[in-house]
Amino acid sequence: MLAWTIYLSFAGALVEALLPKGRAAVARWLALVFAVAALALAVAGFIAGWGQPRQVIVDVPWVPSMGIHYILAADGISRVLVLLTGLAAVAGVLFSWNIEHRTNEFFAFYLALIGGVFGVFLSFDFFLLFVFYEIAIVPKYFLISIWGSTRREYGAMKLALYSFVGSAMVLIGLLAAYATSGSHSTGLIQLAQAGFPVSFQMWCFPLVFVGFAILAGMWPFHTWAPTGHVAAPTAASMLLAGVVMKLGAYGCLRVAMGLFPHGLDPWGFSFIGIGSWRDVFAILAMIGIVYGALVALVQSDFKFVIGYSSVSHMGLVLLGLMTLNQIGMTGAVFQMFSHGILAGLLFAIVGRIVYERTHTRQLADLEGMHLSRRLPFAAWAFVVAGVASMGLPGFSGFVAELQVIIGSWQADPWWTISIGVGIVVAVAYTWRALQKAFFGDLTPTAHALEAEQAHKFDPITWPEVAGFSLLAATSLAVGLFPRILLGAIEPAIHTMLAGGLR
Amino acid sequence: MNYAELFRATLPETVLEIASLVVLVVDLAFLREAALKVRVAVASLLGVAGCAIGFWTMQFEPAGGFSYGGSLLLSTGGYTAVVQAAILVLTALTLLLLVDSTFTRHVGEFVAVMLMAAAGGLLISAAQDLIVIFIGLELLSLGLYILTAFAKKSGRSAEAAIKYYLFGGMSAAFLLFGFSYLYGLSGSTNLQQIARAAIVPPAAGATPLLYVALVMIAAGLGFKVAAVPFHLWAPDTYEGAPAPGAAFIASVSKVASFALLIGIGTAILHLFDGVHVVRVTTGFLTMFPSRYSGLAAPWSLILLILAVASMFLGNLAALVQTSVRRLVAYSAIAHAGYILLGLAYLSYGPRSTEAILYYVVTYGLTTVGAFAVVDVVERATGSDRLEAFLGLHKRNPLLAAVLLVLFLSLAGIPPLVGFWAKFNLFAAVLQVSRGAVPFALVALAVAFSAVSLYYYLQVLKRAYVMPAVEESRIRVHPVTLLVLLAVAAGVLVLGCFPGLLGGWINGFFAAI
Repeated sequence: MLAWTIYLSFAGALVEALLPKGRAAVARWLALVFAVAALALAVAGFIAGWGQPRQVIVDVPWVPSMGIHYILAADGISRVLVLLTGLAAVAGVLFSWNIEHRTNEFFAFYLALIGGVFGVFLSFDFFLLFVFYEIAIVPKYFLISIWGSTRREYGAMKLALYSFVGSAMVLIGLLAAYATSGSHSTGLIQLAQAGFPVSFQMWCFPLVFVGFAILAGMWPFHTWAPTGHVAAPTAASMLLAGVVMKLGAYGCLRVAMGLFPHGLDPWGFSFIGIGSWRDVFAILAMIGIVYGALVALVQSDFKFVIGYSSVSHMGLVLLGLMTLNQIGMTGAVFQMFSHGILAGLLFAIVGRIVYERTHTRQLADLEGMHLSRRLPFAAWAFVVAGVASMGLPGFSGFVAELQVIIGSWQADPWWTISIGVGIVVAVAYTWRALQKAFFGDLTPTAHALEAEQAHKFDPITWPEVAGFSLLAATSLAVGLFPRILLGAIEPAIHTMLAGGLR
Repeated sequence: MNYAELFRATLPETVLEIASLVVLVVDLAFLREAALKVRVAVASLLGVAGCAIGFWTMQFEPAGGFSYGGSLLLSTGGYTAVVQAAILVLTALTLLLLVDSTFTRHVGEFVAVMLMAAAGGLLISAAQDLIVIFIGLELLSLGLYILTAFAKKSGRSAEAAIKYYLFGGMSAAFLLFGFSYLYGLSGSTNLQQIARAAIVPPAAGATPLLYVALVMIAAGLGFKVAAVPFHLWAPDTYEGAPAPGAAFIASVSKVASFALLIGIGTAILHLFDGVHVVRVTTGFLTMFPSRYSGLAAPWSLILLILAVASMFLGNLAALVQTSVRRLVAYSAIAHAGYILLGLAYLSYGPRSTEAILYYVVTYGLTTVGAFAVVDVVERATGSDRLEAFLGLHKRNPLLAAVLLVLFLSLAGIPPLVGFWAKFNLFAAVLQVSRGAVPFALVALAVAFSAVSLYYYLQVLKRAYVMPAVEESRIRVHPVTLLVLLAVAAGVLVLGCFPGLLGGWINGFFAAI
């Protein structure tokens, strides 16, 4: 059933590409139908597989001469992320309802991207996973460079090149693993059981991990993320932050850590307190958390604030992975889901609800616009999304952060400090943006009030309300009943840890 | 000498030669007064028919060959069958692209020369003897010089042809010089016998001379595949030659030349095949299972140097091109680098040969398509500059989609065939040799593939992203469109199901 999410998305992309031009409404509704259908399948698959171990969906030989199989399978982690992708896809379509320029092409690239993402989360063959991973990269370039805004060609090219450098590293790892294993298979499970020599894992692990982590926005390879997010059209930045960065984190977990667990072992010597790749990546993750948050604090462009907050939150995911304990890694996966929903929501508010009406994202300009009065929906939506993202209990962000905090405390109490700093600064930059953008306290002059009356903003449309409700409700539901997700994530992490990360 | 056998082995070549004569006669004797369109259509159809008959007469069987006096002259079946089939198909596709071209009034001659050159290509992909190699190469090369110069009204065409001819003549001289050393050292013109002679005295004692000979030969063949530093002709020729000629040079000639390199490499590695092996030599073989002294090691080293230089220069120079034809030329140099890497680590078994064949054949197919697109755009806009592609998606969405598929395939993006070809080739290299050097080289090649995406995206960006300066529709001849769609579909389908072509190629090696 879950496999059909992939096929449905690609079929949707094909249909949209073949659609005659100039039928924007048809293209929109078709995209919504395909996205909702994929979401329905994802939900059904999630419910059917809740608490189940890994289930193989399809397994047919693809390239027999090289032992490559077309294996789709799902365990708890996959199901959670497929669910996230389904939600983000629907919300993205809703928030791109106002795309009038080459609408059918937009949704064709959009659905192709979604199909690739579904594919990555469901592949259990390294080669297949890589194929889907690359399929997901190309549409991003076109989405940003054609429909984007600020410095779109620069942002798109930067993102594409960063992604491809990352995937080249992964490809080298794939080739090396295939040649070294000698097992004549690229199945993730077969490779994990191939018993790679520790010395091999020691250099292949960082290669593949960094390759994926570039897409996860790990400091210092994060610079594509803010520029890419800012340049992208709303739906693309929602997907970029919402699911594409999760591709990277998922690859780190499933491939790098799953295939080369001994790469995390201590080196046997230590240099200024760093004694393993685990320490290295944990430190990079911590720098990412604090650095992203601090940079977000001083941005003048609203979207850059959210872009850097994404870097900070993805640092939390990577740190969670590096704890190597049940609760920390569960928290990392939970944070992937939570950040996917909330970053999508924040980008939607900034990019669609605010920017499309005010045509500026400069906080200084927004300050004088009295948006809390003129766009009350946007203001309150941002309050909800902001508090959820900074980790207010009751929303998904809180559960995720709490778990990562506990996990990192168990791993190394010092690590927790960075998370603490990150959370405090997160409160600061969220309130700062909120206050500047919506609740500016400049008293309007009579002239300004007249101008406001003359130029009323377009009213909020139903797709925006629907998209907001979908994402906010999900975050709230998951925050109030975290078991929905934990029941799926925990057994999967447990199996991975018990099998030496396999 | 068994002439019946020789006739059987060279039947496809014979068919092409006859076809070229038929084309000449029909065009010059019967169609003198006819309109150019009719003449083009008849000539290219006759040419395609010749290719089809040639295909039909081919021997699809495991490796065998035609021998004279105990030494192999021409190989048949095996890699030769794959390459010859590819040459015939690619030639036919190139001929179909000729429809509605107006660069020359001498259509019959153009098609005839192309068919003769293709026959030369068939010959070198089978050749196992220095003389046959040289004759085949010259047959191919002379044809290519003429094809390049065929647009008589274009100055660039003449310039390209004269450059190509001078370089070609010089490299042929080098090649012949190298051959003469080999013959002098080994007393034979047969590749296997030369390889055998190279490991025993007196030839083994004269290793410096052997190395000189190998370097000379590498210079000659490096010219054919446009490997750095023998690549200088490629950008000019790709830019100046009439489009069907350029497509032919970029695909058929490349495929044939790589087949020749496979043939040489196989002969060097399989030096004891077909010899009545006494027990002593069997023991010798088991001591040196895959690589041993003689020609194998220095030949690999030379190919490696060419490979690395080609990858570097091809990819980096392509970054700054503003003419799409030159861009494709430099990218062809880069692709030659990847293939040479595979050739340098040729396996004793068929593993790497299969991978190289897969790469070469699919690369040839993609390039023909790419040149067809460039040709259409060039004819509509009068230029092959990057700017000519602005707004292509509005001017002809189908053409833009084909361009997208082909260029992404060249860049190695899954699920298109270029990705699988690269993956397969690099995996083969690593399976043959697992040392640090091959690994570093594969890593370099993969890194350069990432670089190559940048320049392919430069073209696609203009076709899809940047605003159009002109929005008038570009018309494509239905036949051209059909060829383009077939090529794009092939690139997509073979990429999604790599086993199709892989299995077919594998079938020729199953017996080994």
